[in-house]
Amino acid sequence: MEKTYLDSIIKINDEGYLTDFTQWTREIGEEIAKEQEIEMTDKHWEVIDYIHDKYKKEEALSIRGIKKSGVINIKEFYQLFPGGPLKKATLIAGIPKPKSCI
Amino acid sequence: MKNIIILGAGTSGTMMANHLVSKLSKNQWSITIIDQHKTHYYQPGFLFLPFDIYTTKQVKKKGKKFIPKGVNYIQDKIELIKPEEKVVILNDGGNLSYDILIVATGTNIAPEETEGMGGPMWHKNIFDFYTYDGAKALRNKLREWEGGKLVIHITEMPIKCPVAPLEFAFLADSFFKNKGMRDKVDITFVTPLDGVFTKPKATKALHYLLEEKGIKEVTDFNIERVDYENNKIIDYADTEVEYDLLVTVPTNMGDSLLERSGLGDDLNYIPTNKTTLQTIDNENIFAIGDCTNLPASKAGSVAHFEAEILTENILRYINGEELKEEFDGHANCFIETGNGKALLIDFNYTTEPVEGTFPFPGVGPLSLLKESRTNHMGKMAFRWIYWNMLIKGIHIPFVSATMSKKGKKIDN
Repeated sequence: MEKTYLDSIIKINDEGYLTDFTQWTREIGEEIAKEQEIEMTDKHWEVIDYIHDKYKKEEALSIRGIKKSGVINIKEFYQLFPGGPLKKATLIAGIPKPKSCI
Repeated sequence: MKNIIILGAGTSGTMMANHLVSKLSKNQWSITIIDQHKTHYYQPGFLFLPFDIYTTKQVKKKGKKFIPKGVNYIQDKIELIKPEEKVVILNDGGNLSYDILIVATGTNIAPEETEGMGGPMWHKNIFDFYTYDGAKALRNKLREWEGGKLVIHITEMPIKCPVAPLEFAFLADSFFKNKGMRDKVDITFVTPLDGVFTKPKATKALHYLLEEKGIKEVTDFNIERVDYENNKIIDYADTEVEYDLLVTVPTNMGDSLLERSGLGDDLNYIPTNKTTLQTIDNENIFAIGDCTNLPASKAGSVAHFEAEILTENILRYINGEELKEEFDGHANCFIETGNGKALLIDFNYTTEPVEGTFPFPGVGPLSLLKESRTNHMGKMAFRWIYWNMLIKGIHIPFVSATMSKKGKKIDN
């Protein structure tokens, strides 16, 4: 599937997650956040930076990781990305959501 | 004489001992394997033990039986690895030096990581089934349980055998049906992920199973604590799920040996190159199976495929050749769906489980991502394969270490 964000055609899957991270930009992240009714602040971007760092190192994302990251505590994480924070944050970050093997 | 030491005599370590003993010259290499436990468990059997499908005898044997002649078998706890001195220190104080070290220390459950989980109700109405003791205690509980709210719960990823909790839910449905008490049991599956199935093709092909079996889903549930006094689990968003019987998969962590030795990550897994199985920090230390941080499933089938590739890479390392970047994350798993049926999935780092046939393209006899009785027979036969072929390092015919795309419905 494809979707247009800010005049760029972006490849996404059925659930709206980017399938090619190289197409991601901060502006596109901002647009995806708007669709989720999230207004991005510096704190949001700090979390996204942390998530990108983990993604590039191919390390699994988890609530424990967030807790230990020193970036944010878990209650704040829920407040910034309400209703499934890891799911929403990865969507905005342009990377796959955390998943299992099936 | 040079030394190879294998830490851990579980599925991975035992396979490596068997592979290496036949490949290395006895005059040049001495192979040692160390494990603190006497018993080798057939871990896939822990899923069946709670339902009295397997007996305790069917899931455990003496570990020594599977260590080949020509390999030194040391039964002791490992205290420390000292990579800079190339030495392993044992609990009894003994020192062993190595030229090559293979870490195969697996993964453990860590209920103490979640408040209230490992407390006074542990193995009373809160159970795991990832350990022999847990599975056996749960069996005794299920024999007499009169029904109520059964909650099957995953604490956080990654876990060993990510499909086992789902299989447990399916088998529980069958178990209570057969006992004539399914109407007295409410089954709920609670996961930190966004669904019981998380991949599009599997969700499409398999979601009907949950509806058919009346299993409820609670998703995006990141547990904060277990309120064992009021029998409920509570997550960070203050969602509560009540239980009468909680079957949980606690946080999984690598062995504390890796933490003590400064070799582990946050979860005590050892950072490892995902294609060569050499550890990132030490070129003469390799890792295999559940103890690595690879983005692959923690499962015996993965360890089996890794073992074939790791054996070759160790020979290459010894000969000063470049390592093969061959491991692709291949996993091949049976999934019990209850009522004598099972699914089979085959996937790797990049290809999600798809429909098709296995191992022969277009023929089978096993079908991928579809329920069948043949798949169930495959899973039952696997116990024999495990004890008689797999851990002995005998190649399983027609099943390759890397994933084949033949006979599979792959889009890209």
